Amino acid sequence: MTDFVDTNALAYSGRALQPARQAELTRRWGWWYQAEWRLIGMKAYWSSAVGTALLTPVLYLIAMGVGLGTLVDAGSGGVGGVPYLTFVAPGLLVSTVVMSAGSELTFPVMDGFKWSKLYFARSATAASALQVSIGELVAVGVRFLGEAVIFWLVLIVAGVVGFGSWPMVLVAALAGLSFGAPLMAYAATLEEEGFQFSLVQRFVIAPMFLFAGTFFPLESMPLYLQWIGWISPMWHGTQIARMLAYGMPLPWWMVLLHLLFLVAVLVVGAVLAIRFFTRRLAR
Amino acid sequence: MPVIEARELTKIYGEVRAVDQISFEVAPGESFGLLGPNGAGKSTTMRMIGGTSLRTSGTLLVNGLDPEVNGPEVRANLGVVPQQDNLDNELRARENLVMYGRYFGLPYSYLRPKAEELLQFAQLTEKAAEKVDNLSGGMKRRLTIARALINEPRVLLLDEPTTGLDPQARHILWDRLFRLKEQGVTLIVTTHFMDEAEQLCDRLIVMDHGRIVAGGSPAELIRQYSTREVLELRFGSERNASLVDQLRDFGRLEVLPDRVLVYTEDGEAALEAVRHRGLVPVTSLVRRSSLEDVFLRLTGRSLID
Ligand SMILES: Nc1ncnc2c1ncn2[C@@H]1O[C@H](COP(=O)(O)OP(=O)(O)O)[C@@H](O)[C@H]1O
Ligand SMILES: [Mg+2]
Repeated sequence: MTDFVDTNALAYSGRALQPARQAELTRRWGWWYQAEWRLIGMKAYWSSAVGTALLTPVLYLIAMGVGLGTLVDAGSGGVGGVPYLTFVAPGLLVSTVVMSAGSELTFPVMDGFKWSKLYFARSATAASALQVSIGELVAVGVRFLGEAVIFWLVLIVAGVVGFGSWPMVLVAALAGLSFGAPLMAYAATLEEEGFQFSLVQRFVIAPMFLFAGTFFPLESMPLYLQWIGWISPMWHGTQIARMLAYGMPLPWWMVLLHLLFLVAVLVVGAVLAIRFFTRRLAR
Repeated sequence: MPVIEARELTKIYGEVRAVDQISFEVAPGESFGLLGPNGAGKSTTMRMIGGTSLRTSGTLLVNGLDPEVNGPEVRANLGVVPQQDNLDNELRARENLVMYGRYFGLPYSYLRPKAEELLQFAQLTEKAAEKVDNLSGGMKRRLTIARALINEPRVLLLDEPTTGLDPQARHILWDRLFRLKEQGVTLIVTTHFMDEAEQLCDRLIVMDHGRIVAGGSPAELIRQYSTREVLELRFGSERNASLVDQLRDFGRLEVLPDRVLVYTEDGEAALEAVRHRGLVPVTSLVRRSSLEDVFLRLTGRSLID
């Protein structure tokens, strides 16, 4: 057995920071270390994620612009005074990001607890369970932003929105996290993977996509169905995005309410996630 | 100041007293073992030391700090090797070390060269760019140990470091751990292998059902709870039990399903005497007492069933 390492310097080379300093830095930045790892881990599917992020808006544009849009515009002259494509595009941007929470904050969370058990590895470092859960949201938030920017650029190139609409990228990421945080909290409570995530997909995400005002104004549905929009981050985000994209009339206090809703759900979700992560990582 | 100071440390899961009022101390530079069968409470004790399991009662200080209060400070001094490897299978071997080191606030400029050194130490230099998925069990285990060393911890917690490894891989690992010990790293090792405990530990506690049943150095324990030698006799599974009465006067006996153990100071002489009595074993073996015998004596059960 050959050895090239100076094993005497292996345990204490003197180059590492003092433990007290390590702890201090991690207390401050642990959330970011977690985010960093998650983002680097995403490189495994980075190219496919970018490809999907590009292709999705292109397909939507073709289907909604050339297909459905032509039909709607010919029949009723658009929605709320704008062409159908202009109406639907901000909603599609927001929904696309919100829906990717369904993949980013479900199986990866279960993986961290159950399969790779990486969350346990991290909780054995100087980081805390709180930082692990927050870092996870931060990393996914960054990924949402990237996805939203790509979608938005496609809309710009297609001439559907103007440059001034850029804040809708932030709104989309916020809506994604607002839906994602409670989902992550839920995923952290699951000991066994069964059908739960596919139920979420089928009975939460799909109805939200169809009925939360993405394809037609919420008001055009009967009142007994409109609550689906009211409780959906997707709808709240879409409303703001429409205002930003083509100046859909929205009183300032409604904008505030939409934002408050998104932030409130995000905060509640994050608090629950922190609690469930902590309970599971330190029991 | 002791590295670990546990007083009446207790962990109860529902009805299960996983760790039941154990007290022990570990001195700096010592190599300390927790020996016991599955379910004895070894892993739970290790997790409480790292502050990733909250104790039900008792006190616990690690380097003078309570891990539940000063988690980051305590864990910055610890290298943790969990019972089950939890590496990032998507990342390469080298990246696993670097990313883990980030969690201790360490900069890339320190981590990159350190990772290379640790890969050499773990004999994984050639596998540095390999995805963890493609490593063998022994390689993953060594990588996990290398990972635990990334922040130059003073204390290494090793939960069953060699379970599931083949004999050669075990010996490589033992060698590595020995070198760390030589450099003054405090090793805390759990195992249910007596040979591992004998190889690695200066001192150990024997645990069973969450309690400490004995403690001391391997030699002390053997001296206290066993005889110098053991005579193992196999008469065939039907006869083992029926011959017990005729063997009683040779010393303390343990009757296992497949063999009878005779505890004696002089195994050869005992074997002679057994033969003299006209009892002819199918096979016989004289060996030195081991921790296995200590455990058998203390609990009436084998360590590994
Ligand atoms: N998270 C847990 N929840 C409930 N019971 C547990 C948990 N972890 C361990 N136990 C129980 O505690 C006891 C001790 O387990 P453990 O510390 O893993 O023992 P060892 O490592 O010695 O095999 C066992 O009976 C085990 O079933
Ligand atoms: Mg264990």
